[in-house]
Amino acid sequence: MKSAYLLLVLGLALIVVGHGMGLFVAPSEAAMGETGRILYVHVPTAWTAMVVFTIAFVAALGGLWTGRMGWDALIEASAEVGVVFTALLLVQGAVWAKPTWGVYWTWDPRLTTSAILLVLFGVVLLLRHVIEVPERRLTLSAVATIVAFADVPIVYFSVRWWNSLHQAQSTPQTVSKLMWQPLVISIFGTMFLGLALVIARWRIAREHYEREDAAPDLPDLPDQIELSDEPASGGQEVRG
Amino acid sequence: MKPTTRRRLFLVVALLLAFGALGFVATSNMGENLVYYWDPTQLRDAGDKAVGATIRLGGMVQKGTVNWQPDSQSLRFTVTDGKNTVDVIATGAPPQMFREGIGVVVEGTMTPEGVFKSDRLMVKHSNEYKPPKEGESVEDMYKSMLEDQ
Repeated sequence: MKSAYLLLVLGLALIVVGHGMGLFVAPSEAAMGETGRILYVHVPTAWTAMVVFTIAFVAALGGLWTGRMGWDALIEASAEVGVVFTALLLVQGAVWAKPTWGVYWTWDPRLTTSAILLVLFGVVLLLRHVIEVPERRLTLSAVATIVAFADVPIVYFSVRWWNSLHQAQSTPQTVSKLMWQPLVISIFGTMFLGLALVIARWRIAREHYEREDAAPDLPDLPDQIELSDEPASGGQEVRG
Repeated sequence: MKPTTRRRLFLVVALLLAFGALGFVATSNMGENLVYYWDPTQLRDAGDKAVGATIRLGGMVQKGTVNWQPDSQSLRFTVTDGKNTVDVIATGAPPQMFREGIGVVVEGTMTPEGVFKSDRLMVKHSNEYKPPKEGESVEDMYKSMLEDQ
């Protein structure tokens, strides 16, 4: 847990520095003006979501290979954190798109594949929620995670494979140095924050599993539960 | 089958599915069927098929072609991909970022007269992030843009 706190403090510190530089030191953008400053939030969020989903993918491989529940808990932690970051990503994008493109949303390849990514990992979380047998939960949610992860490279390359309204990736050559520095600092900060959340959530998931494992089996429920219309003893009949 | 074997079999199937899906998307010519927008050349190639169909056209706003009539809220400009051009009539006020030389995507349809009639104009931002030129604030830039028209 120490590592989670360390990453959390480091991440928040870098975010404060990166966003501070982005808001107060870096110039506004030539075409977009102040709106362009969402760069320092949006790009780090996207990278963090990608990295966190990659952790989920590795956890799914590990889980299916070894069958150990620690991997299962890591799938849960990283899929959940990734979904949060992807949802944030779509909202930030919409907020930026309205003043820049003129619309909140359009079915552009980058936007569409990102929305699909959110839905796919939402399905992973849903599966984990409805399957109660731990071994089956591990197997099926790991398979779903591996399949969902195939969309991550598609999201990344969507702006190169297809005509899109969303711009292609920025590089050090396309971003002024005064903007690149706060961007890189913000990327590391947000990524450390995401990793801290994954580690903390992983611990919760493992503890949950240990409690689940230690709990005595519940007695079987009777096949039919008879519901009686009779009022409980001491109940008063109301006449009107 | 032993549980371990079964799980590992699932691993292989999942990887095959994932790589299969990724490989299909990456290598198939989905780009030709699933297009977000056509460039002027593709639109010209489509000929009469483009007339009346709801399509998106993307390209650059050609310099010196922007004609904005504030009274009738009508905006005329030419979209180019460097090879072909298409004349566009858009209705409604353009987004703030709209200007000559910028990338745009317009939604609408081709009229029989060969003019693209758009009811939705979107402005594309490139992947370049640079500060305004020296002595030029963004506000000044917008002002000079309005004065030009």
